[in-house]
Amino acid sequence: MDALGALGDPTRRAIFELLAARPRAVGELANELPVSRPAVSQHLKVLKQVSLVTDSAAGTRRLYRVDPRGVHALRDYLDQLWDNALTAYAAAVEREEE
Amino acid sequence: MTTGMQNLSVTKSVTVRAPRTRAFAVFTEKFFTWWPASHHIGAAELADAVIEPEAGGRWYERGVDGSECDWGRVLAFDPPDRLVLSWHLQGDWTYDPDPAKASEVEVRFVEDEPGTTRVELSHRHIERHDVPEDVARGVGSPNGWAGILASYAEAVA
Repeated sequence: MDALGALGDPTRRAIFELLAARPRAVGELANELPVSRPAVSQHLKVLKQVSLVTDSAAGTRRLYRVDPRGVHALRDYLDQLWDNALTAYAAAVEREEE
Repeated sequence: MTTGMQNLSVTKSVTVRAPRTRAFAVFTEKFFTWWPASHHIGAAELADAVIEPEAGGRWYERGVDGSECDWGRVLAFDPPDRLVLSWHLQGDWTYDPDPAKASEVEVRFVEDEPGTTRVELSHRHIERHDVPEDVARGVGSPNGWAGILASYAEAVA
């Protein structure tokens, strides 16, 4: 399954949207959704497999959060795009001067 | 949807040998002459790229077939000091009119000394964009971010 396929499931999409708002533990997700804790765990496993979600230990709990790599890839891309664009812009200003 | 994520931004600065009025004019009126032509969203080749000279205006591309594709809105147009654009292009290069999913590009023109202008660019709130789903179309496919980054790296090499 790919990430888009994983989000095709309405419960997984709801879990993903809750995690996008803030990191949460399995129990919190189960409280906010009409599904059991084991079912939430299963969905989280799928979301982790497709790199949409990561987890980390927080004391005795495990916190799940949206994996930010996608948006960081966009940031890195825009960083390079603006480097390229502003270099061309500076050259255009110099041309204008002539 | 991504309110838990901090402000992701890109900041750049370039100094040009021109007074602010000319630096601002080249950035806006002559936008098409310097914008990297390969970066556009329409199916047709890029024929023009326009920043309308007023707050509330559009900024958009025009293809060689006459088709127009919006990139966002002009939020502030204050020559020769400042320009603010909203950027509505999502991770998969589609236009989404929802302001909650748009990032912002602010450009400031600061005259360091007479005849020299420092252009400061800040592209902020990149985290507002719809990217996580695009990871799906993205990372694996040649049209996704990984593919675009790869071709970009080739282009600049």
